[in-house]
Amino acid sequence: MELFTNQVLAGIATGAIYACMALAVVMIYQAIDHLNFAQGEMAMFSTFISWQLMQWGVPYWAAFVITLAFSFVAGIAIERILFKPLAKAPILTNVAGFIALFAIINSSAGLIWDFTIKQYPTPFGSAPFLGSQLISTHQAGMVGVTVLLLLGLYFFFQYTRIGLAMRAAASVPESARLVGINTSWMIALGWGMATAIGSIAGMLIAPVVFLEPNMMGGVLIYGFAAAVLGGLTSPFGAVVGGFLVGIFENLAGTYIPGVGNELKLPIALALIISVLVVKPAGLFGRHIVKRV
Amino acid sequence: MTTLLNVKDLRAYYGQVQALHGLSFSLNEGSLTTLLGANGAGKTTTLRAICNMVRSTGAIEFDGKPLNNRSTENIVRFGIAHVPQGRGTFTTMTVEENLQLGAITRKDSAGIVSDIERMYAHFPVLKQRHTQQAGTLSGGEQQMLAVARALMLRPRLMLLDEPSFGLAPLVVRDLFGILGKINREDKVSILVVEQNAQLALELADQAYVIETGRIVMSGNAKDIANNEEIRKSYLGY
Repeated sequence: MELFTNQVLAGIATGAIYACMALAVVMIYQAIDHLNFAQGEMAMFSTFISWQLMQWGVPYWAAFVITLAFSFVAGIAIERILFKPLAKAPILTNVAGFIALFAIINSSAGLIWDFTIKQYPTPFGSAPFLGSQLISTHQAGMVGVTVLLLLGLYFFFQYTRIGLAMRAAASVPESARLVGINTSWMIALGWGMATAIGSIAGMLIAPVVFLEPNMMGGVLIYGFAAAVLGGLTSPFGAVVGGFLVGIFENLAGTYIPGVGNELKLPIALALIISVLVVKPAGLFGRHIVKRV
Repeated sequence: MTTLLNVKDLRAYYGQVQALHGLSFSLNEGSLTTLLGANGAGKTTTLRAICNMVRSTGAIEFDGKPLNNRSTENIVRFGIAHVPQGRGTFTTMTVEENLQLGAITRKDSAGIVSDIERMYAHFPVLKQRHTQQAGTLSGGEQQMLAVARALMLRPRLMLLDEPSFGLAPLVVRDLFGILGKINREDKVSILVVEQNAQLALELADQAYVIETGRIVMSGNAKDIANNEEIRKSYLGY
């Protein structure tokens, strides 16, 4: 029983990271109807920025905040420079854009910081949390930061005018323009926020997976699995999906013989495919019905 | 009487296809003007061209200021509220959020709160359903919501694209009654596009008839309604 509880709690901790990645993916998907394959690489690059700042002697939380600001601006810049011109382009052009972005960011990080694995600090320490062996303080910190982030986002979207405008622009762009919302900038803002959320995921998971240019590959696939499970049209679903995928991953790794650590990634992919076959809209997503 | 909206030699295009062929008309401050015509005559395109939602050439002046080359979201800031065909409801949001969105360009939060109450007085059904998702409203209720959303801008000019579409005759009567009241009491000028010519002519003071992208008839709404020849050849009743 202790093993089970332990695995569920650990699953919730990594699930928090998947939830952040899924949320970032869903925010961009809502705004431009495309999956951002480079979301993980963007998060990785942000994490390197924070690492570099700390190497220069900036304290952890200062580096954290500066990285958030950097990611926010960088996300807006990427949208303005690369994806705004592609707004009316066919899907495949956009996919090519995302893959290019993936490759560019991945190799730039390798060029600047090389591909050796680096230690990344945690501000929470790794002692047992509240004296219990079930979960470490860093894992508890991951969950804590994510919950704070989610609450903040909820209040932003539910109770601020700009949050309302962003939701309107994502749901019915034409009507949004007719009430005077600059939908193009709302999309850019969405990119900025998604990139900042991704950077939080990167900085929280880096102490666990270690810092290197390919650190987010697996995490992003779990993020996709979470987004698909929750429904690509539902930010709330993405978060629930993230925690479910985290728990599922850990339990499968522990209890299904032969899965272990090596087969965890195929499990995420199997989950994506099963959801798409059985319930394509996900747990909380809306069915998109288009009149033809 | 001053001219509020002046459209000259308007030509609009969908890709290579020209939909409006040099259309000119004007609307007086405080008037309720209707644009009539059959399916595909170019009524919707005219409204969309005013808000720069379709490629067009020609001059569009609002209160003496040119609207050409301004973005749709900028044109709204002149006080032009457009209720598009199909109502444009934010279906996944609540009724109250829809109303707040109508006022999203305004800065006076106290005025917005009191205007929402005013809308609830105009349309009591919206008050009953203010926390409900707008997509769950009936067609008539959604049209009320769309008009209320447009009024939240405190517009000088309201553009309405077929407000009667898909509504039961009784509901249409109701709605047109409210539109007349808004025009008279709140001094909002209205340009309404309609296929239901009979009703629109009862409501309006000025009328224009469009055929294949050109104005073919204009004048006092009563005169047009009383002219049997025009009614038979253009309006089909």
